[in-house]
Amino acid sequence: MDFLPTLWFILIAVLWIGYLFLEGFDLGVGMLMKTFARGEKERRVLLNTVGPVWDGNEVWLLTAGGATFAAFPFWYASLFSALYIPLVFVLLGLIFRAVAFEYRGKVHNDTWRTVWDWAIALGSLVAAFGIGAMLALTTTGLPLNENGDRVGGAFAWFTWYAVIGGLAIVGFAVIHAAAFVALKTDGDIRHRARRLVGRWMPVGLAPMAVWAIAVALENGKWFSWLLIAVAVAAAVTSWAANRAGREGFSFLAMGGFLLAGAAAIFSAVYPVVLPSTLDPLWNLTVENASSSSYTLGLMSIVAAFGVPLVLAYQAWTYWIFRKRITAAHLPEPHDFAPAVALATAGAAPAGATGTTPTGSAS
Amino acid sequence: MEALEIARWQFGIVTVYHFLMVPLTIGLGTLVAILQTRWHKTGNEAYLRMTKFWGKLFLINFIMGVATGIVQEFQFGMAWSEYSRFVGDVFGAPLAMEALLAFFVESTFLGLWIFGWKKLPAKVHLACLWIAVAGSIVSAYFILVANSWMQHPVGVEMIDGRPVMVDAWAVFTNNTALVAFFHTITGALAVAGGFLLGISWYHLWRRRKDGIDTVDANGRVVVGESATIPGRDKKDHSVWIKSLRFGAVVAMIAFAGSAISGDLSGKLMFEQQPMKMAAAEAACHDGTGFSILSIGNVGSRDCSDVVAVMEIPGLLSFLAHNDFTTDIKGVNTLIPEYQEKYGTHLPDDPMYGARAGQEINYVPIMPVTYWGFRMMIGFGGLAAAAAAVALWLTRKGTVPRSKGLMRLALVGILAPFGANAAGWIFTEMGRQPFVVAPNPAMSGVDQVFMFTAAAVSPGVSAGEVIFSLVALTTVYAVLLVVEVVLLTKFIRGGVVSAMPELDQTKKKDDGGNGPGGEADDDVLAFAY
Repeated sequence: MDFLPTLWFILIAVLWIGYLFLEGFDLGVGMLMKTFARGEKERRVLLNTVGPVWDGNEVWLLTAGGATFAAFPFWYASLFSALYIPLVFVLLGLIFRAVAFEYRGKVHNDTWRTVWDWAIALGSLVAAFGIGAMLALTTTGLPLNENGDRVGGAFAWFTWYAVIGGLAIVGFAVIHAAAFVALKTDGDIRHRARRLVGRWMPVGLAPMAVWAIAVALENGKWFSWLLIAVAVAAAVTSWAANRAGREGFSFLAMGGFLLAGAAAIFSAVYPVVLPSTLDPLWNLTVENASSSSYTLGLMSIVAAFGVPLVLAYQAWTYWIFRKRITAAHLPEPHDFAPAVALATAGAAPAGATGTTPTGSAS
Repeated sequence: MEALEIARWQFGIVTVYHFLMVPLTIGLGTLVAILQTRWHKTGNEAYLRMTKFWGKLFLINFIMGVATGIVQEFQFGMAWSEYSRFVGDVFGAPLAMEALLAFFVESTFLGLWIFGWKKLPAKVHLACLWIAVAGSIVSAYFILVANSWMQHPVGVEMIDGRPVMVDAWAVFTNNTALVAFFHTITGALAVAGGFLLGISWYHLWRRRKDGIDTVDANGRVVVGESATIPGRDKKDHSVWIKSLRFGAVVAMIAFAGSAISGDLSGKLMFEQQPMKMAAAEAACHDGTGFSILSIGNVGSRDCSDVVAVMEIPGLLSFLAHNDFTTDIKGVNTLIPEYQEKYGTHLPDDPMYGARAGQEINYVPIMPVTYWGFRMMIGFGGLAAAAAAVALWLTRKGTVPRSKGLMRLALVGILAPFGANAAGWIFTEMGRQPFVVAPNPAMSGVDQVFMFTAAAVSPGVSAGEVIFSLVALTTVYAVLLVVEVVLLTKFIRGGVVSAMPELDQTKKKDDGGNGPGGEADDDVLAFAY
């Protein structure tokens, strides 16, 4: 029975594309915090463009991981154990980033904010790079033995493919984020984001093109090349739309680039889900890595009900928060005078935690 | 040490750590949703203040649960790849469903709740919180289905040496899972109840100490106000007294619920994992007595070292079977039974690596199970007692000025966390040496089990696991300090920390000159 494993291969590809599309821009926004944003106000504007949605976006990663575990346990086990070290970094990156989003604004203090800004920027960078490396190796292979276990030590995964994949996702995320910021903000920051897209798009998207072409050269099927052509056309469209000031269209075309590019890569590799570079006999394929058809059937029913529901309420969230954000929309940052500390110290609290006026513009 | 031992330490540490945040998220989320509902129904501003204050603490904690939850999902594949291959057909499904049906709901609707104040219609905004809370509860259910399958596998057949799911209904209605779900939710509510109780006690005590509240001749509270301490108005008193009594009632009901579900769970365990319960009792020989205190050589797994100092006759039989006379099998009786069913040595299979052929020890580490079991029950009881005392002492509207009684607040907050952590350590350690414990009742396929020794990733070196253990533990330790510091800051701040507009000591002209102006209506009420 080939149908269900193939369906689940497609579904997992869809989950990864959904993840890269959605968290792609919030990872990119994270990276822009330290490079692109000028001053505290702009950093807060950036944060709040993704504020209500980043956590929901991240669940796409959990779902992709969980679905791989459920539908292709052998793929999940081999891939995750082979990439032990890079995944530890991905986890640390995601942990720091998540905590930083929530904690950054909770204390009114420059050092505190700077530390968390770095956590967001580096956490986003490391997570994007690691996930890119993991996805690239999924398509180009790892040194796996007949049991599906990595041989060759903790760094056997470290190849040019891993680097290119890492750069591909980092580059895509930055450009995608700039297109998103151009769409979601107003004023100076909007125009600078647009300029960033215009100037750097070819550089940012190049590694993903290299990856797609490398995989297609290896396993070439005609439709993989067709999809690559579509991806290139989408990127050009996105660039032209950005230049014409049509930010919404530019952002969507960028999504088209991701969709076609990722589809080119996944389709070229199919039916292999994780190649072994040692012996093609040990490749994991949709057939030998999948769960039973009973489990896949059950999961299909759940997905048929769950995926449209998720898409519907996430779309609703984006609709609710569709307005462009500017500094004027943000409440003044404030620190409070704690009821308890004040009472202890008597009347006038000394410096650090207390009552600095909140008006200081940055 | 080899990778197996380190990976077990890592699993234990990251799981117990994650489970410090999760019960507070589930419990506090539920209570905040109830408070916001009360506000909508009564219009009483005290409930709005409670919603905002407890909501702020809820969010500070929530994010830590999210951040550490990702590790939970990844580590099965990373450190336990043989386990993942063995159980993937049945274990992956509830995990994937958790993400798709529960965690998406929780994250998305919580985002709507945080950023939707004033932006969404009031009823929709409230509904978002309830939906997010429901998501977190459903999430717990799916995770417990997965965990309970490891405790008590059902609904599968062995095909080509691996369990294959044949009956999803059996998996998702596993009696072990349903009881564990009830037990976990009541445990979570106990944590949240104690949290409200402890923090409110502290603030009421501060109000007394600072001379804001006094008591009259009958011991009734006379609520005062302060012009110099931020947020200390008359409503502030009602925030804390309402929170305290609400928390105490929730904690007591939750304790009763967890006692009932714990008893049910114990009865199932006597059937499903008799060795776990014998080890929980340090019961070497068959008998009916429940040990009040047993002593022995700590760290020893040898039964001859254990001496029961005090026992209540009949109680153990009652816990297991609802009568006082049936003998319960002790460790010495169970060992040969396990050996006969599951072998005396690990099979000579390459999947066991260097451990192939080793003798199997079927007795879990007894001091851990024995004390884990007692700490779970003891801390739970302590928290319930604290709640009862708090309810009695606050019947006239405030707390006594006694500094000694302030410690009650600390007991109220910490004891439920202790009970939860001890409960998990007991239930997971008691399962050893199995990662998937055999189901003694499963006809024909009693062979669905897996030794922990076989579950670890064969390709991953000890060095890699040491690296991740050190990295994760360090980061977790740092973040725990950060979380506690932040929680403490907001707790000390009182309601003003969540609603700075209540600060009567600040002049109005402080915030008026911002660029806001006419856009003020559109300000994100909560923003980063």
